[in-house]
Amino acid sequence: MTSATWVTIADVASLVLLLGGAFLAFAAGVGVLRFPDLLSRMHAGTKPQVLGLILVLAGLALRLRSGGAVWALVLVVVFQLLTAPVGAHMVGRAGYRTGKVRDDLLVVDELTRDADAATEED
Amino acid sequence: MSVVVWVCAVLIAVGAGLAIVRAERGPSMLDRTIALDVVLTALIAAVALYAAAERRADVVPVLVVLSLVGFVGSVSIARFAAVEPEGEGRVLTREEAAEQKAEQEAERAAAELAEAGLWEDQAEVDLPEDQAEVDLPEEPAEVDPPDDPAPDQRPGPAPEETR
Repeated sequence: MTSATWVTIADVASLVLLLGGAFLAFAAGVGVLRFPDLLSRMHAGTKPQVLGLILVLAGLALRLRSGGAVWALVLVVVFQLLTAPVGAHMVGRAGYRTGKVRDDLLVVDELTRDADAATEED
Repeated sequence: MSVVVWVCAVLIAVGAGLAIVRAERGPSMLDRTIALDVVLTALIAAVALYAAAERRADVVPVLVVLSLVGFVGSVSIARFAAVEPEGEGRVLTREEAAEQKAEQEAERAAAELAEAGLWEDQAEVDLPEDQAEVDLPEEPAEVDPPDDPAPDQRPGPAPEETR
């Protein structure tokens, strides 16, 4: 195949990836607005933070096709993979400790059970 | 090409708009944090979309900076601003603000009055002159704020309700 064909294939693939990432950003907006409590909103909001970001940046990398820019995009993804769990952990912990978790919506609440068990042992 | 880019742009914009609505409604600081995280992610996606549409590699550093900023924001809010007193999550009306200010003024005046009374009492009861300064009532010591928002108490469900 000629190189022009490959360029076309890369462009189409990049558009598909960009579309997927944009759809995840939209889905996160809907979920954050409509879900009932903090934890489910976190669940909706973290979709574009990792998967959506990877899709969008992969699409961008396929479109730019130059070494330096692609490594910077890899850096962004790695950094997001490192920081998103930390941020979500802090938000979730603060929400739990300030009573913003609705326990009637939880299927299983192992944290409360374990915390109570730990308190009783003392 | 440009059609797909426009579709992406609309999806990202609508997603960010819905997240902004959630940030306005709250109800708590943490909900706003999450909503603004989503807005920031949409912003990153929008910049990336722009770079892809125009084939501009020079905006890539902007993406790096944006992903750094989002982390600092959400962590600092979760760490320091998660506990908010009841009713402080909204803007006061003008009357409420005036009422609150008057209350604070009254409290301060009362405190000043009480302090003056205390000092007078002290002066009357006071013993020898050289001890007068030692016996003066001390200012209440500043209590160190706890390091963590409510570390011990967890107003969650009662133990009996756990499954």
